[in-house]
Amino acid sequence: MLTQLLRLALLTLSLLISTLAQAQTTDIPARIAAMGEANLRELTQIVTDLAATGDPAVVPVLTALGDGNLYLDETSGRVVIQTGSAITDPLTGEAVDLGADADLSRIRVNNGLRRDISAALGGLTLMSDNPRTRLSAAQGFLANPDPAALPLLDEAIAAETDANVLGVMQTARAITVLSSEDASIEEKQAAVPQIVSGAGRGAITVLTSALASAPDEVKPIIQSAIAGLEQSRAVWAALQNVWFGVSLGSVLLLAAIGLAITFGVMGVINMAHGEMVMLGAYTTFLTQLVIRQSFPGLIDYSLLIALPVAFLVTGAIGVGIERGIIRWLYGRPLETLLATWGLSLILQQTVRSIFGPTNQMVIAPTWMSGSTDFFGLAITYNRFWIVIFALIVFFMLLLILNRTPLGLQMRAVTQNRRMASAMGIRTPFVDAMTFGLGSGIAGLAGVALTQIDNISPNLGQNYIIDSFMVVVFGGVGNLWGTFVGALTLGVANKFLEPYAGAVLGKILILVLIILFIQRRPRGLFALKGRAIEQ
Amino acid sequence: MLTQALFRALDKKAIWVIGILLAVAIFVPMANLLIPPGQFGHVPTYLVSLLGKYLSYAILALALDLVWGYCGILSLGHSAFFALGGYAMGMYLMRQIGTRGVYGNPTLPDFMVFLNWKELPWYWMGFDNFWFAMAMVVLVPGLLAFIFGFFAFRSRVTGVYLSIITQAMTFALLLAFFRNDMGFGGNNGLTDFKDILGAPVQAQSTRVVLFAATAIALALSVLVCSMIVNSKLGKVMVAVRDAESRTRFIGYRVEYVKLFAFTVSAIMAGIAGALYVPQVGIINPGEFEPGNSIEVVIWTAVGGRGTLIGPIIGAIVVNLGKSWFTSALPEFWLFALGALFIFVTLFLPKGIVGLWKQLFGNRRKAEPAAPTPTQSADIERGEDPSTFDNPQPRPAE
Repeated sequence: MLTQLLRLALLTLSLLISTLAQAQTTDIPARIAAMGEANLRELTQIVTDLAATGDPAVVPVLTALGDGNLYLDETSGRVVIQTGSAITDPLTGEAVDLGADADLSRIRVNNGLRRDISAALGGLTLMSDNPRTRLSAAQGFLANPDPAALPLLDEAIAAETDANVLGVMQTARAITVLSSEDASIEEKQAAVPQIVSGAGRGAITVLTSALASAPDEVKPIIQSAIAGLEQSRAVWAALQNVWFGVSLGSVLLLAAIGLAITFGVMGVINMAHGEMVMLGAYTTFLTQLVIRQSFPGLIDYSLLIALPVAFLVTGAIGVGIERGIIRWLYGRPLETLLATWGLSLILQQTVRSIFGPTNQMVIAPTWMSGSTDFFGLAITYNRFWIVIFALIVFFMLLLILNRTPLGLQMRAVTQNRRMASAMGIRTPFVDAMTFGLGSGIAGLAGVALTQIDNISPNLGQNYIIDSFMVVVFGGVGNLWGTFVGALTLGVANKFLEPYAGAVLGKILILVLIILFIQRRPRGLFALKGRAIEQ
Repeated sequence: MLTQALFRALDKKAIWVIGILLAVAIFVPMANLLIPPGQFGHVPTYLVSLLGKYLSYAILALALDLVWGYCGILSLGHSAFFALGGYAMGMYLMRQIGTRGVYGNPTLPDFMVFLNWKELPWYWMGFDNFWFAMAMVVLVPGLLAFIFGFFAFRSRVTGVYLSIITQAMTFALLLAFFRNDMGFGGNNGLTDFKDILGAPVQAQSTRVVLFAATAIALALSVLVCSMIVNSKLGKVMVAVRDAESRTRFIGYRVEYVKLFAFTVSAIMAGIAGALYVPQVGIINPGEFEPGNSIEVVIWTAVGGRGTLIGPIIGAIVVNLGKSWFTSALPEFWLFALGALFIFVTLFLPKGIVGLWKQLFGNRRKAEPAAPTPTQSADIERGEDPSTFDNPQPRPAE
């Protein structure tokens, strides 16, 4: 109660003096000189007075005071600014020579005074000619509302022409009104919607802190505004989770889609699929190395160049694996699993022997680094491009499967291998091409993963089980199954994480998939027909 | 009934295998204890433990062979059952440490004191009793396999799908056991054991006894598997492996046959884990690695699946190779293992035992080799369905 009275008294006093001071701006040098011997309370008074002059010339001295650069020379009694070794006059900014017997002592400020200073500076800069300065001044008021500056704000709003700055100023005014003690109830009630629409994410904090001191008539409005804001914040948090989920899902999609087609067409579980992803990542690393050494100008496009390279390299390896190992094992899918597992061990160890077990770096191109704020959603560019890339790959693959002769043949072999063979389709050729395509897409996934994961020999291992889950969940023979499966698992994972933690969330997902398989042993989108039943 | 089954189980080959194992169980300890060090024929204690480890692996491989080689279920989750059995044993051993731990807490294991736990979680209760722990070694993997298998087989999850969800199961358990909150020691697992049944784990005599126990357990496993395989049920298992749909159409409840094999196999894997832990002195979540399960599959494949001796040979040969490689040429072990996977699947689908039969089996035409899945798949496609009708038990030799 006492402090409130004191504050009120101080406030009226300062307002009184400030109106007086408007008349006598010439007093500035005298006030500055008085700063040297002033105690803290007097200093506060002087700062308020200086601010009330509205003269931009006092900005440097106030800044210096706030930063602790304002000094008193005990011998001459002059107040000066010292930055580094340069000593200048606070008003004119000219260099000052104090002579050899100068004895500088810092004029001390405390945190309360610092707040006053920044508020005062905000008021002064509100009238600046530069819209950016005005904007930052208005934003300063958002954080530290100062009822004393209300007339100043009103003045600034009346003079403001820039719509952007005007909005911030009005919000600042609304916040100030709400925290001010002599604003009328109607004014305060009108201020609440302005804060809700203008203050963005900080609105809840501002309103909650205002709630305690608000008059009873205003309280219901503030409470309902807070409730509304919290609801919309929950919606945004959910949307953010969806985005994280989509981002994870697109990575899963990239990793799993190649697996899905080889599994769908050939019934082959390719345990070395993860290693194809890893090889794609290492191909990207090598491509960037070559580009950096030979064509440094193209470094920003190195990822784009690495895409076809990785596709061709891993695709060729895939065809080699099919011709060398897998074609001997048709009709024995479980044994293919073992052979490709062995192959994955060999590939991992080979890469480890060549590049070492440590992580390699791929530099992100400039257009993939940084992030943007999309209606309050934080979206990093690398995740964004990976989502786009996954969609492109998915639809390209859909196009290949549905619109090309090879795709037609692949679908025929998926549905009924022997009948397709009887119709004259060269199934061995289709198998080799399918395996090459699947591995090539794994390579593309590897290029994308260089942006979000470490490039190490174990890279593929981290994705292989998740990819299997996606394929098993989505079902084979239909790419949409993989699509839906990947996104569902991605989003479900991210929604479980806040409640259960990352590891437990993952365990839950695995358990849910195991349960799901009981309901639908062939996945979400199963091929129907007798050909599948053995 | 039981004696009949026992009699039928003890065909010539099974008698040989069991006899050799029992001899090993007697002679290796004797060679360690009676022959003084440095003299010819002495088996050093570290070697006894190493061999004991191999034999517990052999039990695991035999367990996998029962489901894969005889019933056609490729489980990629057997390391989970192995590790669960091992954890049950590890929990007993942890409780035996008592006040000799770093923190000297009489009931709580060190890691719980470290995590500021105040009392023992309920699932640790009773593990200070050896027989309770042994019951858990059997029950926990068995129950998990029963529940998992009940749902999976009833929904007719087969082939690759089953392999992948068993892999998902062991992966989920791996993640779960890595968590400190689970109360199983997290990342570090359970280690620093002192006593088993009052005898110090590290002592030579204990190690020798553990080795003998493992060898006897393996002999018993062979006996049990032989009994199952040579029974009528065993014939149905093979029928399920070779032509599941036909077996179902004939009227057998395929899912129950599979469930039986899967559960028995999981129990055997659990026992193997329990014998493994005191001999290596540690159990940690790494044992749940899906890669370990796949390695078990390759032991079985190398030795020869669908035979009882094959998995034992495979487990011992591959692990001997692993021990040698990891000390002599550590860089090349993964190359060798990977190459082994590819070589065996491509060129030796019947494993070492199959190769043996091919090379030396022609002299005695006593019994035709059991059809491998590939052959029988050929049969299934066409010509000779009569083989699968009415499985007759083979007369005892």
